[in-house]
Amino acid sequence: MNNLVYIRYEMLRAFRNRRFFFFSLGFPLLFYFVIAAPQRHVQNFAGSHISLPLYYMVGLTSFGTMVAMISTGTRIASERQLGWTRQLRITPLSTRAYFRAKLITAYMMSGLTIVLLALAGSSLGVSLAAGHWIAMVGLILIALLPFAALGIMLGHLINVDSIGPATGGGASLLAFLGGTWFPLGSHGFLYQLGQVLPSYWLVQAAHTGLTGHGWPARGWIVIGVWAAVLSLGALYAFRRDTQRV
Amino acid sequence: MGIVEPVASAGTSPNNAGIRLDGLSKSFRSPDGPVHAVRGIDVAIERGETVALLGPNGAGKSTTIDMLLGLLPPDGGAVSLFGRTPRQAVDAGLVGAMLQTGALIQYLSVRELLTMVAAIYPAPLGVDEVLEQTSLEAIAGRRTQKLSGGETQRVRFALAIVSNPDLLVLDEPTVAMDVESRHEFWNSMRAFAARGKTVVFATHYLEEADQNADRVVLMAHGRIVADGPPTEIKARVGSRTIRATLSDATPSELAALAGVASADRHGEAVVLVCSDSDQAIRALLERFPAARDIEIAGAGLEDAFLALTADPDAEAPNPAIAP
Repeated sequence: MNNLVYIRYEMLRAFRNRRFFFFSLGFPLLFYFVIAAPQRHVQNFAGSHISLPLYYMVGLTSFGTMVAMISTGTRIASERQLGWTRQLRITPLSTRAYFRAKLITAYMMSGLTIVLLALAGSSLGVSLAAGHWIAMVGLILIALLPFAALGIMLGHLINVDSIGPATGGGASLLAFLGGTWFPLGSHGFLYQLGQVLPSYWLVQAAHTGLTGHGWPARGWIVIGVWAAVLSLGALYAFRRDTQRV
Repeated sequence: MGIVEPVASAGTSPNNAGIRLDGLSKSFRSPDGPVHAVRGIDVAIERGETVALLGPNGAGKSTTIDMLLGLLPPDGGAVSLFGRTPRQAVDAGLVGAMLQTGALIQYLSVRELLTMVAAIYPAPLGVDEVLEQTSLEAIAGRRTQKLSGGETQRVRFALAIVSNPDLLVLDEPTVAMDVESRHEFWNSMRAFAARGKTVVFATHYLEEADQNADRVVLMAHGRIVADGPPTEIKARVGSRTIRATLSDATPSELAALAGVASADRHGEAVVLVCSDSDQAIRALLERFPAARDIEIAGAGLEDAFLALTADPDAEAPNPAIAP
């Protein structure tokens, strides 16, 4: 079997549906300029020691990429409704290859969001050392793993009628609680809650852009545990989802 | 995914083994109690045969096909495809199928979709070759969401054969097609079968089974009620019914008449399902000259199936049998 050809068309299919780009690309870019452009000279945003353009660049990148990852679920739910998932089950396509194609497609969409918001950030004066850029993008990509699994899991659990609200609401809530829209500070309930959410550590990749330092151990553990649990959930949801929809 | 062990058939090497369904059964839960969709069927199909699975809606055809393909684990019995389990046969790229329900994924052209699916298989046919065989060249560049119902079915057929499978399974493939598309469709199917392929298709049209299969397996109420060459099955299900008004005959007396397969009474009206209506009408008038309001009609396929089943549960047939 030729995996690359399969993945190429899987991606082509996702990229041709422009609706998906509204929330993962258009929306974050628009909000970035609306919020950050008027305040581009704020250097220590809300006591975070991060400039406002950098903070929101990462905040809105995390929102857009989260949406891009979770939007896999919308595609899967519609494929299930079409009977396509059942059709794939009577081909030699392995579970591994199926997941890999979904994962790569979601990461390509996220990659586009990262690049465009980085360009937008640069235009508002965000300037980082090359090594810091690489470390920051690397952490963002790692922090997106739980969201990739979440998208696949939701796609196999939820029907096409309710997948929109589920993924949209889920992404918005996680973004809000993770500090996409404003810093969570260093104490209090929201801060404590954020500590155990993958979206918080996604947003915290901004610190890496500034200092080059990665996450503390807690960040790696939170991301690792969420990624593992949601991956198992995705596998379980895929396996039990054998019925005609 | 339910994987059943292959049936070890003595003296048959895996390479020559065809399709075996042994004692296959499947029930579903429903609010009205269990529904026995398939009640223990045995079928052996040789390599290269084209077999029609004929039966009315609810006969258990789709359930049988889902088990054949490994999409549904059987409650009892086993499936063997060329000496392998369904999963092994599917993984080896030996099986192509067109399921009863299923639409095409969007945002790809017909050619792109075929190329994508061909890439999943170890030794697919060329995409151009398949486009030509299924008469899809003219719409190869069209996006899948812009196709008519008949065109969509042809693309689904193309997807089923692009892997160059040894076994082709089609579940009521012509449902959305007009007469001309049907004709074209069966031509493509026969051309593919002529390459020495094994084909199993489900249909509830007697004519389709008659014209396109070497052999017809007739199903009703989850059982096989007849299995033989199309001409034989056609003679059996292409039966006629005689309706008459007649007060002084019991159903068992009527059923015993020459040419009558079964008889039923509703008040004064009697209905005779005939194996030979010419013989039956003579016998009826000879024995019961008082019979009046006589009508002879070609039986609907459904009636003919029901008459043939002689099902012990037939007094209370469950109308909710899953497709």
